[in-house]
Amino acid sequence: MAELDTSGGGKHKGGKIRSKKASTRVDLTAMVDLAFLLITFFMYTTTLQKPKAMNLVMPDNSVKTNNLPVAASRTMTIVLGGHNKIEWYMGEPGKTAPTVDNYGANNIRKAIIDNAKQVAATHTGDEAKMEVVIHPSEKATYENLVAILDEMSIANIKIYAIVKILPMEVEDLKKNNNW
Amino acid sequence: MPRVKVARKSTAIDMTAMCDVAFLLLTFFILTAKPKIDDPSHAVVPPSTQMIPVADANMMTVSVGQHKFFFSVTEQDVRAGALKAMGDKYGVTFTPEETQRFSLTQVFGVPMKQLKSFLDTEPDQLKNFKQEGIQADTTNNNELFNWIYTSRQAEKALHDKDLQMSIKADSKEDYPYINTIISCLEKQKLFKFDLITSLKTAPKK
Repeated sequence: MAELDTSGGGKHKGGKIRSKKASTRVDLTAMVDLAFLLITFFMYTTTLQKPKAMNLVMPDNSVKTNNLPVAASRTMTIVLGGHNKIEWYMGEPGKTAPTVDNYGANNIRKAIIDNAKQVAATHTGDEAKMEVVIHPSEKATYENLVAILDEMSIANIKIYAIVKILPMEVEDLKKNNNW
Repeated sequence: MPRVKVARKSTAIDMTAMCDVAFLLLTFFILTAKPKIDDPSHAVVPPSTQMIPVADANMMTVSVGQHKFFFSVTEQDVRAGALKAMGDKYGVTFTPEETQRFSLTQVFGVPMKQLKSFLDTEPDQLKNFKQEGIQADTTNNNELFNWIYTSRQAEKALHDKDLQMSIKADSKEDYPYINTIISCLEKQKLFKFDLITSLKTAPKK
C-alpha cells in the first residue's frame, strides 16, 4: 500500500531455486491510526483537572473552654449579604456603621489587608494579628462563602470563624437593600 | 544530452518510532484514566485559589444541587455497611441484590422511603429516576445526619480509619443549605472538613 517495492526482481540464471526473501517490514499505518484514535478517546474521557479542596475547621462547640477575651479593636466582622454584597465593620456591632463592599481584589480584599495592617500597627506582640468573624446571611450563596474563605488564605488571616448572623445585622442588610 | 534521472525512492516512512510513542501515550492515558463520576446533583463548584487536591479514598461527600442533598462514599464495603445500619434504624430490610446494587451506586440522593424503589429500578432506567434528595434539617435526627454517622461507623468497623468529610455544593446554592450540613457535622463532633472547589489562578502578591 504505502510501500513501493524497490527490490529488484531479477531472475537468476540457472542455479538453485531460492525462496524469495520476504521483507520483514510490516505496514504500521493502521496500527498507528488505531493507537492515536484510542489516545484521543482517553484524553477526552479522563478528568485531567482534579477538584481542589479547601480545609475548613469549625470550632468545637461542645466543650466550654475558657475563652480568651479578644479586643474588639482587632476584630473585623464580615457580614455576607444577598446580591453579592458584603457589609463589614471593625469592633463591636452597632458601634460603627458597617461599610458596604463588593467581592473582588479591589474591594473586600483591599479592606481586609488594610484593616490587618492597621491592627498590626496599633497592637503589639501576639495581639498584632487581626481576627475575622464571618456572618453569612440566609441570602448569601455558597460561592460567597468560599470566596470569603479564600480571601482569608490570600490575606493570610489565621484566625477566623463562621458564626451565626446577629438579628441587628440582618436589619442593617435589609435597610441597605442587601437582603 | 541525457537527462539526469532522479532515483525513485520508496515513499514508505518508518513508523516504528511513531508507533512506539503512540502506544506509550496510550498506556499512560489508560493507567491514569479515571472515568467521570456521574453526579446527579450537577453542582458547579465555585473557584478558589486553594491547591490541595481532593483525596481519592476514604472520603464521603455531601453534594448540594438544585436544593437537594446527595451523598457518596468512596468505599464499596462502607456503602453496604451504612445501608444495613440505615435499614435497621428506619425499619427497612434490603435484599442482598439491593445491597449489592447500592454498593455500586456512587452518588445517590433519595430519602429512605424512596430508597427501595430506587434500588429496584433497572440500571438503564436510573437516569430517568427522579431523585428527591436526602431528607435533612437542623434537628438531631435526620436522614443526612444518620447517613454520615452510619458511614463513619462502618468505616471505623471495617477499616479502623476515619472517613474524611467533604462538601460539594453548587455556587448558587444558598447558605442555609450549607449550614444544614455543617450543623449535621457539628452534632456528631466532626469539625474538620473540606469544601470542594475548582482551581482559579492565585493573585500575584
